[in-house]
Amino acid sequence: MRPDRGVPRALWIPAGLALALVVLPVAGLLARADWARLPELLTSAAALNALRLSLVTAALSTVACVLLGTPLAVVLARSAGRGVRVLRAVVLLPLVLPPVVGGLALLFLLGRNGFLGYLLDVVAGVRVPFTTAAVVIAQTFVAMPFLVVSLEGALRGSGDRFERVAATLGARPWTVFRRVTVPLLLPALGSGAVLSFARALGEFGATITFAGSLQDVTRTLPLAVYNQAETDVDSAIALALLLVVVAVLVIVVARPRALEGIR
Amino acid sequence: MTSLHADLTARRGEFALDVRFDVPAGSVLAVLGPNGSGKSTLLGCLAGLHLPDRGTITLRGRTLTSAPRVHVPPHARSVGLLAQDALLFPHLSVLDNVAFSPRARGASKAAAREVALRWLTEVDAVGLAGRRPGQLSGGQAQRVAVARALAGDPALLLLDEPLAALDVDAAPAVRGLLRRVLGAREPERATVLVTHDPLDALALADHVVVLARGRVVERGPTRQVLGAPRNPFTARIAGLNLVPGTATADGLRTRGGGHVSGLPAPDVVPGEPAVAVFAPGAVAVHPAGAPPKGSPRNTVGAVVGGLEPHGAVVRLRAVDGEDWAEGVTADLTPSAVAELGLEPGTPVRLAVKATAVAIHPAPSQ
Repeated sequence: MRPDRGVPRALWIPAGLALALVVLPVAGLLARADWARLPELLTSAAALNALRLSLVTAALSTVACVLLGTPLAVVLARSAGRGVRVLRAVVLLPLVLPPVVGGLALLFLLGRNGFLGYLLDVVAGVRVPFTTAAVVIAQTFVAMPFLVVSLEGALRGSGDRFERVAATLGARPWTVFRRVTVPLLLPALGSGAVLSFARALGEFGATITFAGSLQDVTRTLPLAVYNQAETDVDSAIALALLLVVVAVLVIVVARPRALEGIR
Repeated sequence: MTSLHADLTARRGEFALDVRFDVPAGSVLAVLGPNGSGKSTLLGCLAGLHLPDRGTITLRGRTLTSAPRVHVPPHARSVGLLAQDALLFPHLSVLDNVAFSPRARGASKAAAREVALRWLTEVDAVGLAGRRPGQLSGGQAQRVAVARALAGDPALLLLDEPLAALDVDAAPAVRGLLRRVLGAREPERATVLVTHDPLDALALADHVVVLARGRVVERGPTRQVLGAPRNPFTARIAGLNLVPGTATADGLRTRGGGHVSGLPAPDVVPGEPAVAVFAPGAVAVHPAGAPPKGSPRNTVGAVVGGLEPHGAVVRLRAVDGEDWAEGVTADLTPSAVAELGLEPGTPVRLAVKATAVAIHPAPSQ
């Protein structure tokens, strides 16, 4: 066996504790699960609807993150000036803000009494809160920084040398973006999208504040787990296991490499 | 006819670049200077990547920059840039890298690939067309980068230390390739070569401007400037002995009919114009009558023209010698000068070992 050179033995104890903190709760979940009733619990209409709603909204908000976050990352990485530094800090806000606060903020923007929500209601007759669209908006709000941060890190790391060469070869800025920037960004885009998807899938606080917990409309898997935990613990555990399975799948697909994009 | 005209000032903090030069169509200008002399800033201004603080740049009569109002963006300048690193796009094949410029300028995919294949053939890299840049050696990548820069048919080609990042084995071959493609003398194209290596300037350029701390300290035909620097700064970075003539298998036949033995560069063709290059430190000075010690292949009689302190050494300049001795410089220690009793007018015998002499092809001037 290869000796573990350079790792002080004293680190093994806290490292083991950290690992236990991650593994033991999941193991506890598995131990507590009612395996006999599991198929029945998981195939209930409420569970299947919650799963479908979670996958659809997380996928939609991932698409929104990519379409809106990629241009934002390029602008932040390639622009100079003091204003950009402030913008970069603002983009990180949802990352550090408690999701409940984010949900509340969204409610005061897009709710009936919010200035944009009031405008939408009066002009177009559209009410955003407590709809599936609100779920997607809440998830995009919390997941966007993951994509922007990993893309911006990749853009800054690689520099703009290839873009400059492309410009001297006669490529217009849009051609440079399409044929050089985006292809070089694809690996980071992939891992950033997976991280955003995972974050959107686990979204709870902003969703329940801004979109509520309406069955089949806004009650995603995490909300369903919370809802069931008060009435039917076995059902909550079954749904929780479902989320664990989806999370494991995301890790397998994305590989830990995805996490190295975050700095 | 002047193709490129540049007259600009660019400030970078304390540093200010202030230059003015013209490059005729079909010719190559070398900008020679040490690191920090402003070469990269100059190239950036020409390529449109930097905006100068003052001045104008015109190419074929078209104003590219007229600071601070007019600034044609890089993609609209018809400028090709070959940098120190090949910077091939890693996600494209070699063929598509070379086809990038014609494609970006509006050619169809098929037409762009046709142009790319022609240029890959031109640089002897057609066999690499299907490869990814990651599979190429440094020399191969730089060959492909040459083809890519030329495939867009730029009116102005910028070479930024194109050989500096290559290892010693790859550099001569790429230098030879550049000589060939630049020597093909696209009659309309102007080329600016930025380098700190006088050999690159010697091998590739017709004219040279020497840049020091942002200013032009000397300019003129390459061989004249490098062979007989009038400015002490140029003498320090160049100051090489250059003997023009015709290449032979193991050296060079001088115009006076003598022979200088040396080590020919790989792209030297016997019978073609060439130049023998050696440093003043490689020249040994002996009393006129004495037989040379050891076995230097190249000896010539000369008369001491001048003696000047040059840092820790004394630089001797020969006049009135046999054959190639005229103008040759040699570095001696002050004690050697005293020992030999040298003063202007003293006859001496100069000797250079063949291994200290490099033979390079010379652009016909």
